[in-house]
Amino acid sequence: MEHYNMNLTLKVWRQKNNKAQGKFETFQVKDISSEMSFLEMFDVLNEQLVADNKEPIAFDHDCREGICGMCSMHINGRAHGPWHQTTTCQLHMREYKDGDTIVVEPWRADAFPVIKDLVVDRTAFDRIIESGGYISVNTGNAQDANCLPIEKQQADLSFAAAACIGCGACVAACPNASAMLFVSAKASHLALLPQGRPEAKIRATNMIAQMDKEGFGSCTNIGACEAECPKGISLDNIARMNREYIAATFSGSNE
Amino acid sequence: MPINSKIPQGELSKKWTTYKSTCKLVNPANKRQLEVIVIGTGLAGASAAASLGELGYKVKTFCFQDSPRRAHSIAAQGGINAAKNYQNDGDSTYRLFYDTVKGGDYRAREANVYRLAEVSANIIDQCVAQGVPFAREYGGLLSNRSFGGTQVQRTFYAAGQTGQQLLIGAYQALERQVALGNVKQYSRHEMLDVVIIDGKCRGVIVRNLVTGELERHFGHAVLLCSGGYGNVFYLSTNAMGSNVTAAWKAHKKGAFFGNPCYTQIHPTCIPVSGDHQSKLTLMSESLRNDGRIWVPKKQNDTRKATDIPEEERDYYLERRYPAFGNLVPRDVASRAAKERCDAGYGVGSSKQAVFLDFASAIERYGKVEANKQQMSNPSREQIIAMGKEVVKEKYGNLFDMYAKITGENPYEVPMRIYPAVHYTMGGLWVDYELQTSVPGLYALGEANFSDHGANRLGASALMQGLADGYFVIPYTLGNNLADDIRTKAIPTDHPAFEEAEKAVRERIEKLMSIKGTESVESFHKRLGKIMWDKCGMARNAQGLKEAAEEIKALRKEFWNNVRIPGDINEFNPELDKANRVADFMELGELMCIDALHRSESCGGHFREEHQTEDGEALRHDEEFLYVAAWEYKGESNFELHKESLDYEVVHPTQRSYK
Amino acid sequence: MSWKKHFTSSIGKKLVMSFTGLFLIAFLIVHVYVNAQIFWFDGGEKFNEAAHFMGSNPIIRITEIGLVVGLLLHIIQGIMLTAANRKKRSTRYAVHKTSETSKWYSRSMGLLGTIVLLFLVVHASQFWIPNRASQFATGEELNLYTMMQETFQQVWVVILYLLGCGSLAFHLAHGFYSAFQTLGWGTPKYKAILRNAGYAFSILVPLLFALMPIAFYMGWLP
Repeated sequence: MEHYNMNLTLKVWRQKNNKAQGKFETFQVKDISSEMSFLEMFDVLNEQLVADNKEPIAFDHDCREGICGMCSMHINGRAHGPWHQTTTCQLHMREYKDGDTIVVEPWRADAFPVIKDLVVDRTAFDRIIESGGYISVNTGNAQDANCLPIEKQQADLSFAAAACIGCGACVAACPNASAMLFVSAKASHLALLPQGRPEAKIRATNMIAQMDKEGFGSCTNIGACEAECPKGISLDNIARMNREYIAATFSGSNE
Repeated sequence: MPINSKIPQGELSKKWTTYKSTCKLVNPANKRQLEVIVIGTGLAGASAAASLGELGYKVKTFCFQDSPRRAHSIAAQGGINAAKNYQNDGDSTYRLFYDTVKGGDYRAREANVYRLAEVSANIIDQCVAQGVPFAREYGGLLSNRSFGGTQVQRTFYAAGQTGQQLLIGAYQALERQVALGNVKQYSRHEMLDVVIIDGKCRGVIVRNLVTGELERHFGHAVLLCSGGYGNVFYLSTNAMGSNVTAAWKAHKKGAFFGNPCYTQIHPTCIPVSGDHQSKLTLMSESLRNDGRIWVPKKQNDTRKATDIPEEERDYYLERRYPAFGNLVPRDVASRAAKERCDAGYGVGSSKQAVFLDFASAIERYGKVEANKQQMSNPSREQIIAMGKEVVKEKYGNLFDMYAKITGENPYEVPMRIYPAVHYTMGGLWVDYELQTSVPGLYALGEANFSDHGANRLGASALMQGLADGYFVIPYTLGNNLADDIRTKAIPTDHPAFEEAEKAVRERIEKLMSIKGTESVESFHKRLGKIMWDKCGMARNAQGLKEAAEEIKALRKEFWNNVRIPGDINEFNPELDKANRVADFMELGELMCIDALHRSESCGGHFREEHQTEDGEALRHDEEFLYVAAWEYKGESNFELHKESLDYEVVHPTQRSYK
Repeated sequence: MSWKKHFTSSIGKKLVMSFTGLFLIAFLIVHVYVNAQIFWFDGGEKFNEAAHFMGSNPIIRITEIGLVVGLLLHIIQGIMLTAANRKKRSTRYAVHKTSETSKWYSRSMGLLGTIVLLFLVVHASQFWIPNRASQFATGEELNLYTMMQETFQQVWVVILYLLGCGSLAFHLAHGFYSAFQTLGWGTPKYKAILRNAGYAFSILVPLLFALMPIAFYMGWLP
């Protein structure tokens, strides 16, 4: 792989705090190596800002290996940037060439208020999980793990849904700022397992109620969430949750 | 202070059972009056908080991330060990115990490790009940794989994302307790000190990272589940935010620090690509099941890997360790890679890398596949294509990750790998009940000096974190809190709280007032370089002495010249980082002191002066069969306490993987 | 949970859209079948026969009331959903490359629906309302075939109808599959079938409709 250096123009959203008015600020960064990750490019910019006695740009990040779900950033109009099934921390600068301009914004959704610059508050996701995204089992209640054989295909599907990292890209990408992909991934992960069946219907109902309460939009099956999801969570999960919800609606078992 | 590990009397295999059936209990009404603070929400913290919430304790959790689900346990890839013996290959509690003790190079506490092995099976049951989607066979039963350093298949896994799935399971259990009102959860909060009242830990001072405000929280007990300190090396596989602050504050308030020099260097990470590097990415150890590690036989060979013919390649692990080959434990594999690179055989532009090659695995699997499909005379291209499919099925996600980071296609050219700091076996010293030397203060998971001795085996960290949280602390905490049922909640205007908060405030103000010229990041990088060069994979007395001095000097410079932009009372990641780096600078010195005092090589601690003729780690059991527990006595002043390790069942021998 | 609660949540609202949408799709099938009778080239004999059946059969007439109710529900709910969803992102993105992640017509259901609605108003006031008014006033049905012949002599009417059919086509290209997805049929097994059926439907039905004004205008029909 040939390496090269580049100079870039960055237009980054700056916002002091939740109350303040935000605006774009333009920065020039020089000698960015094509081997850097996108966040390392931001590290370079921040070091430059500190050196100039300016405030560095706040952005969320932690594991930098694409699994913790902490990083966000809407890059040139795309959640987590242009690479397919890739979080911002795994996006690398060889995507860009010398002279490019990159616009970076925070996730935008009323349910994800901006904390500072590119950092948003995603605690709504925690509250959605609190509303039912679990199996009600206390520590110590479990039977032997192999007492409950689970069809491999079901287990694999459940795993695929459980791969969600809760980053919020689905919300960021959705024209309606809906959290359906996130909610359905959790509902599916658990509904596909026999352990999760007893609560499947009430879970779907309660999680949807919480999602609505948090101020997310409703799903209109546009599919942008699936296209932007760094973990490839499928729209099939939304269909599955819809089935649970319909079953709950007509069975009346949650009365 | 004399050291008392409180190991129960009796036969090794009966200790935990006896403890459980004789420990004191707290009745439900009293539990509702008892408050517990949990710092960190990874596997240990989330599982502990959820389990204690279920029991009825009033729990508060704190994490610096925006959600408990982000804790770095999430990044564990490979799997979790459990002595289930589902594969009928001769596994047992004893074998898991024995492998862990041996893997740890005989520097772990027998009773703890045995308990760990004992509860390992319950962990799997608990996780499955919670809905953790472990890999399964077509018959619907759980699948297992083998991991480095063992001869049985006891590792349970969920593709390459086992840590994520286990953490999500614990996180969900935690959120359930939050919904029920048993746990109150604080995210984007960082613990900056513990509060000691009448010799007992009774609370914490935390900083709200969004507003910058300091808060006081009372607890009858405080559980530190704040992970390891690998980031003292700047570059490691830890998350950017992983830090030692909570543990270090506890240490400065009287908790002993156990074996700080024991760090694990993981052999298969993606090498550093330049000065901009902010962290290192691990490639699961499972890759060594099929990948072959080699370097060119010629020094400074600049040819492409594919241009180097078979006879000019040195498969050095297979050459040196014919019995275990590429599957030797992590410390052995890491050192061997370093040895080759130092001798001038490294590859890639930095020459600090070795090849991990899948070509022969691809060919082998291709042939098996051709056989399965009953193809007669398949062409080489057909075999390779089918082999690649098999490899993709097994390691697809890891190969994709490698390709994204390096821009190279690992199906065509061998991966380049190099060892990187991954895990810290050392941590706060705890007794059998996981209580530190400060009563009321506990440490769980990677934050304690743990059950791994001087080297941790693959797939054992997840096991330990969950064992501590789900199955150990609910008993041991109750045993101690039973004496505290008459202690009313202490109001947080108590002088001890005020004093602790004042000290924290003053330190923050001091940091902000320095207004120097060098960034926190830059200091952290410099600290990391000292640590890696002189207290890294190979250490020697002179280097360690130098390092301790250099760190002291660097610390002085830091406190005179660090520049932290922004304000105190706002979201200020630079300030958060400065707080953490300041603590790393103190810890770094202690690590060097500990590494210097331990004049032997064991597990992850390799002293160049102490090696066998063929370069293997040489232990000195007669001198060093103890846990080094360091007590803080003031700046650069640490007192050593020794907890001797009495091996009643296992007899330490020189490890051999030849 | 009550019925009301279930049908007023975000999925509940979508269920209403789905049910009414599928009902309207069923109506389109009947409508296109009846109107396609003009293509017998028999001067509208078969068509008028069918139109008479539709205009006089009591079951059909009762269903028609249901149709109006369903249509109104679909419209009102659709407008409300679109409006509510637009409010969920009060600060918009400066750059949002939605075209790289989704189809324009999936994001424009509100707009497409509005165009179809406007067209529908014109269309109903040209045929359905005069016919029902006449039935109500005199008990006599009008000759719809000749009405079509006359109406479609004006080029602006033809253009308007083509625009209406085009909008309907794209509305259906998303709506057909979306209705099934909302009902939970978007499973690996049925997904491809339903999606392709949706595309076929969204091309075929609006095309047949569009051919009618064209055929009259061009004078292909007697």
